[in-house]
Amino acid sequence: MSILDFFRSRRQDTSTASMAKERLQIIVAHERSHRGQPDYLPQLHKELLAVIRKYVAIDDKQVQVALENQGTCSILELNIVLPER
Amino acid sequence: MGKILVVTSGKGGVGKTTTSAAIGTGLAQRGHRTVLVDFDVGLRNLDLIMGCERRVVYDFINVIHGEATLNQALIKDKRLENLYVLAASQTRDKDALTQEGVERVINELREQFDYVVCDSPAGIEKGAHLAMYFADEAIVVTNPEVSSVRDSDRMLGLLASKSRRAEENGEPIREHLLLTRYHPERVIKGEMLSVGDVEEILSIKLLGVIPESQAVLKASNLGVPVILDSESDAGQAYGDAVERLLGGEVPHRFLEVQKKGFLNRLFGAKA
Repeated sequence: MSILDFFRSRRQDTSTASMAKERLQIIVAHERSHRGQPDYLPQLHKELLAVIRKYVAIDDKQVQVALENQGTCSILELNIVLPER
Repeated sequence: MGKILVVTSGKGGVGKTTTSAAIGTGLAQRGHRTVLVDFDVGLRNLDLIMGCERRVVYDFINVIHGEATLNQALIKDKRLENLYVLAASQTRDKDALTQEGVERVINELREQFDYVVCDSPAGIEKGAHLAMYFADEAIVVTNPEVSSVRDSDRMLGLLASKSRRAEENGEPIREHLLLTRYHPERVIKGEMLSVGDVEEILSIKLLGVIPESQAVLKASNLGVPVILDSESDAGQAYGDAVERLLGGEVPHRFLEVQKKGFLNRLFGAKA
C-alpha cells in the first residue's frame, strides 16, 4: 500500500465497498419481504391494477398487495391510494 | 446415521467444488468416513478436482437407474482411507435426477458414512434443489461481491422453505457462511465488502474465510484438494473451517493484510 492509498482509505463512506453494502442491504431486504408469498401474488397485483385502471387513472406504486400470515389464517391486504380530485 | 452436508451458493464460480473437495477431505483426514457426491449432472468436475477423473466407471445416475450398485460406483480416494467420491453423470438429460432416486441413494450413503458432502450445481434448478433437499447442514459459499451475496441470500431463503426439513416442519437446516476469494488488501482500501459486511447482510454464522490464494489453482491443476497443501494459506483456512464445522473453537485467520515494514508501506512495494 502506498502512502496515497493510506490517505484514500480514510474516506470509507465513499468507497465502492460501502456503496455495495448499501445497495445489497436494500435489495436483500426487498427480496426477503417477498419471500414465502404465493406465486400468484404478482399476477393478482397486475390484474387488480388493470381493474382499477378501468375507473381511475393510477400508477403502479399506488396499489400495494401484501399477504400476511397470522397463525392459521392469512390476511390479504390491499392498499389503494386514489389520486386527489 | 451420517450427516448430509450440502455445499451451495446459487451463483456459479464462487468455489463450491473447491470447497466440497477441501471440506470432505478435511473430514476424512480427521477420521470421519466421508463421501463426496457431485450433483452437477452434465457438467461434472468434482472428479477432476479430486484427481480421480480417470477412475470413473459408474456414476450417480447409473446407481439411480439401477445400472450399477452403489459400491461399484463409489471411487475410493488414493490418499485417504476414509474418503470416497460419487461422480456425476455427463448425460445431458435434465430429468436424470429424480427425487425418489436421490433419496434412495442418499439413505444408503447415510448408512455407510459419517458425512455425505453434496456438491451442488450453480443455479436454483433441479440439480441444486435436490442437492440441498435432504440436507442437515448447509455451507453457503459466498464471494465478497454483490451478485454472489444476493444469490446466497436467495439460497438461504430456499433452504428455509424448499428443503425436506422445511416441508416437514423439522428442525431448520444448520447454515454456515464460508467467504471465499477474500482480499484483505482490497477490503482495507474500501474496494471489497468486508467479512463483517457480508455477515451483517446474510446474518448467518461464519464458518470461515478463505483468502484469495494461488494455491487453489495450483491444487486444481494437480487434482489434489487444496486442504492437503497444508503450507498454503487457503489450505490452512479450510483446515480451520473443518475444525469449526466439527464444533471446535478456532480463531479466524487471514483476515488482516500481511504486515509489511514501514519503508515497504511508504514506497508501495509489492508483496
